[in-house]
Amino acid sequence: MSDDFTLPEDKAGRMERCAVFYTDVVPHNHALGLRLVDVGAAEATVELPYAENLVGNPETGVIAGGAVTTLIDATCGTAVFLKLGRFAPLVTLDLRIDYLRPARPGIVLTCVADCYRLTRQVAFVRALVHQGDPGHPVASAQGTFMRTEE
Amino acid sequence: MSDSTTPPLAELVRQVRKTREYKRLTDAIPYTRFMGIGVENLAGEMLCRMAFNPRNIGNSLLPALHGGTLGALLESAAVFELLLQTNTERVPKVISLTVDFLRSGKPQDTFAKAFITRQGRRVANVRVDAWQDDRTRPIASAHALFLLSEP
Repeated sequence: MSDDFTLPEDKAGRMERCAVFYTDVVPHNHALGLRLVDVGAAEATVELPYAENLVGNPETGVIAGGAVTTLIDATCGTAVFLKLGRFAPLVTLDLRIDYLRPARPGIVLTCVADCYRLTRQVAFVRALVHQGDPGHPVASAQGTFMRTEE
Repeated sequence: MSDSTTPPLAELVRQVRKTREYKRLTDAIPYTRFMGIGVENLAGEMLCRMAFNPRNIGNSLLPALHGGTLGALLESAAVFELLLQTNTERVPKVISLTVDFLRSGKPQDTFAKAFITRQGRRVANVRVDAWQDDRTRPIASAHALFLLSEP
């Protein structure tokens, strides 16, 4: 079943196919400057570069929670595509985010998402957001997604 | 980081609570300005509005708003409710946020209303609904916990 929606087996090919979701296909990912930096069998890593226009508290310079939510939602969605091995219609059912420590201003935020369980209809994803040290995440998240085809 | 014409955020919040010039506050926050998120008084009720902008699209085919933008609107509505409808002295810090995505967001303005379910001395619980044409058919809802002060 090889078609335009099937992801290739090799990592470079998977990177290239998934990267379009951060350039052309998803305007808001592009507007935030999100970039896909790594893919695995069911894991995606996406970076949100620091930008002045994403600041939520002008006195601390810390990035707004909303931008972090978008980073997590996007990374989790890509992890599901990787686990599925293909691009299939997908909707986010829910997303829970715990803010573990304040993000530091001026530093890129990196989200690593893992689709750890996939059923016929529902995908379960967990994600961590860090600023260089995955052992000290600034946020952890849990999301569920539903496949909308059939 | 604020320039000489902008008062410190706490002072600005105190002023806006009285004057209801909400735009002064939302303009002072780069992200809400970037997202087109504003606070309005409609029929005596304080609401948040996220103006439609093509760059908030997440799915170009449908088209539909990015789920992250709805999360941003819901969280902003909760923060502004706490800042403007209570006497909290500092910007509430979000502890956790849970968003349920109920319907796809059409490419148009989206509204949100936050309800403070409980406000303690240190923690506030807030529930938020977002809708477009029909308030009885929300497109997303959230509940969030905020830390209001250091011990």
